[in-house]
Amino acid sequence: MSELITLTVDGVEIKAEPGTSILRAALANGIYIPHLCDHPDLTSVGICRVCLVEIEGRRPTVSCMTPVEEGMVVTTASEELDQTRKVNLELLVINHDYNCQSCSKNSKCNLQELTRYIGLDEERIKAMRKPMLDSPIDDSNPYYIRNMDKCVLCGICVRTCDEIQGDGCIDFAYRGIKTKIAVLGDKPIIDSTCVTCGECVSRCPVGALVPRNAVEPTYEVETICPFCGCGCGMVVGARGNKIVSSRAVPDSPANNGSLCVKGRFGLSFVNHPNRLTKPLIRKDGELVESSWEEAISLIAQKLGQYKGDQFATIASAKCTVEDNYVMQKFTRAVMETNNIDHCARL
Amino acid sequence: MAGLAIALGSGAMTNTIAEIGDSACILASGTSTTEAHPIIGYQVKKAVRKGAKLIVANPQEVPLTQFADLHLPLKPGTDVALLMGMAKVIIDEGLHDQKYIEERCENFDKFKESLEVYTPEFVSDVTGLPWEDVVKAARMYAENGPASILYCMGITQHSHGTDNVLAVSNLALITGNLGRISGGVNPLRGQNNVQGACDMGSLPNVFTGYQKVDNDEARQKFEKAWGVSLSGKPGLTHTEIFDAAYTGEIKALYLIGENPVLTEANAAHSIEAMDKLEFFVVQDIFLNETAEKADVVLPAVSFAEKNGTFVNTERRVQRVRRVIDPVGEAKPDWWIVSAIANEMGHEGFAYNSAEEIFNEMASLTPSYAGINYERLDQGSIQWPCPSVDHPGTPILHTEKFATASGKAKLLPLEYRPSEDCCDFDFPLILTTERSLYQFHSTMTRYSDGLDGLSGGEQILINPADAEKLGIEDGDQVEVKSRRGKLKVKATITRRSQPGVASLSFHFAECPTNLLTSNALDPVAKTPETKVCAIRIDKVEQ
Repeated sequence: MSELITLTVDGVEIKAEPGTSILRAALANGIYIPHLCDHPDLTSVGICRVCLVEIEGRRPTVSCMTPVEEGMVVTTASEELDQTRKVNLELLVINHDYNCQSCSKNSKCNLQELTRYIGLDEERIKAMRKPMLDSPIDDSNPYYIRNMDKCVLCGICVRTCDEIQGDGCIDFAYRGIKTKIAVLGDKPIIDSTCVTCGECVSRCPVGALVPRNAVEPTYEVETICPFCGCGCGMVVGARGNKIVSSRAVPDSPANNGSLCVKGRFGLSFVNHPNRLTKPLIRKDGELVESSWEEAISLIAQKLGQYKGDQFATIASAKCTVEDNYVMQKFTRAVMETNNIDHCARL
Repeated sequence: MAGLAIALGSGAMTNTIAEIGDSACILASGTSTTEAHPIIGYQVKKAVRKGAKLIVANPQEVPLTQFADLHLPLKPGTDVALLMGMAKVIIDEGLHDQKYIEERCENFDKFKESLEVYTPEFVSDVTGLPWEDVVKAARMYAENGPASILYCMGITQHSHGTDNVLAVSNLALITGNLGRISGGVNPLRGQNNVQGACDMGSLPNVFTGYQKVDNDEARQKFEKAWGVSLSGKPGLTHTEIFDAAYTGEIKALYLIGENPVLTEANAAHSIEAMDKLEFFVVQDIFLNETAEKADVVLPAVSFAEKNGTFVNTERRVQRVRRVIDPVGEAKPDWWIVSAIANEMGHEGFAYNSAEEIFNEMASLTPSYAGINYERLDQGSIQWPCPSVDHPGTPILHTEKFATASGKAKLLPLEYRPSEDCCDFDFPLILTTERSLYQFHSTMTRYSDGLDGLSGGEQILINPADAEKLGIEDGDQVEVKSRRGKLKVKATITRRSQPGVASLSFHFAECPTNLLTSNALDPVAKTPETKVCAIRIDKVEQ
């Protein structure tokens, strides 16, 4: 670890690794500087200009793009900063259709956080407001909706697709007032190279990218994704007995805050109406529902006749460690055979 | 896995997922990483962004190839020739790590001798690759360290899968890439807990932690712990179990969470085998195509309704926590199996929680001895973890290998062609692939939206082959092998090389494994689903 750099922010002495931006150093030390386009998982670009600070001996500068220096003296609030930030915030808000109450990002929106902190003049906004787009909503993807009237052009989605997913299927398109985020040829997202990982959806600071039918869970539980062998840590949300959401555990070692399309959007199989809910026993050629007692007693009685090498278990790589331990113990200790295998070879 | 166990003493991913992003070279062999292991795909792409060289050895132009410095579209089933050819180049050009080989490997001279046959002409002829590309790949891999090898079913699902794996480990050994951060040999495991199921001894030859059933000491330990006498005769493997059911030697089968009607190679054979069983119990979360054949079907809970642990592909033991109540009367798998054992009058199955089971297992399993739920609540642990104060093991083989001598074994290998060869009647090779949007055969078919994204089943055919066969994009075709046939939509694409076509195996309405071959690797007993001779005919409307 290299030697830490000491600087002063609003009179408080803080330390940070060389190369850290003033913004991230301040946030890590509990000092809030308003910001929108900066995201801890991505490179900083300095697009939104609301994270301005004053540094002794310099002109106001964006704190997300300025690395910490030894002995730096930083001020995060002053009359001049407030004024400039307000104008910069206005330039973001005039792009944004703020229909907050019907937005699923309501109360989790970074733009709301900024407006609360910086303040807005409704009259000025009205005068500058950008005309709404003709067809702002792209609902071609089965899992998420893009509403370009809510987009504030922070570019987090563009950087996410490029830096995290590595596909770069979206970018800034057009110029000036017409600038928007689009895929090649400004087509619906479903016709692009998008692989629906949802990484951009999970990072969009406003309501421009939201999961379709987003439902706020009543509670969340940290667990592991059931699909492939990556073993991604995920936080699964439920309402009542139904799974309604899933997001990556931010610092989980295997996936480091990412998920793919299956883990993020593919859990509805759990509550599918076709789930088996009762044991079934074949009677007169048909599988009919039975009680657990009947099923267990039938199996116990039948398997008692097949002990030894005429019996085999196919165990499951979908089940837990504990399930598999019991399966092989049962096969070996009760059924007296080593005929047990699972799909590892397939 | 058997291959790595022979050479290194332990069959598992040697390094962690996060390290891949810092590799200087990645050789991705027989893995469509961005589709089958998307999160590991992120790491590969991250490494490439940072300047790492990426070599993709895959018959198909899988999506990962767009990030590659070098794509080696070898003929399916010729990996041994390619990898041994690369080893020859490395040694001939003096790019090997002599010191590492002397200190940590055995059998180098014999190995070196065995490379003589892998001449440029031979390797090019077998693999269909220009020799310059083999040389380029060898130099790229040997000169950019640390270099990580990723492999998957494209390496193992062959009648010579074990040889393929040994060829991979040879390459990593001669370049000193084992036991090194961001290096290693990394088999990417397909299922959420396939590593855990192996670790738990859901295998015919080992108890938990790979303690062999035919080792008297190990067996006696389990006999004492479980209070029973145990068989020291290794059991049958997956494919052999279905063969034995077919011949009537296996009369009763308890099948949990699997759908062999779709996933078993040469599926028609296993379907017939299942029909012959006298007693067939299936335990699953859905009434899938296999469950419909059972005598008794037991409803299990899904991952979201149970407590326990999964072990991921990098040997990381992680806690699974119950999110919702069980659906209907579904029960945890361990509860059901224990209930049957209790009903049969056996002691030792009176478990009340997953944690109790884990603790019993850990007490019998040296590589898990230091792991418990309390520790797992603080964070995941990578085995081996022999004691409660041990932090776990992110990188295997850093000081010595898990073999008897502590040294890794370099193994001479002979190229053997695949069993299912092409001829006049079956002129094309079929290989199988995965879709990002599907997972095996059951769960994702019940998830809204994924089916639509995956676009359904289609056979990928090269334009040159399509022209010869008079097939146009979107045509219905009949695909026939020596074992079965099916109808499917054709997609004409250069992703498939001439002479090779590919299908996935996710769809009940198009059961690919009716076609595939169940020729087995002699050691690992993995069926040869990646190479299957077929013919394709247009279906006249």
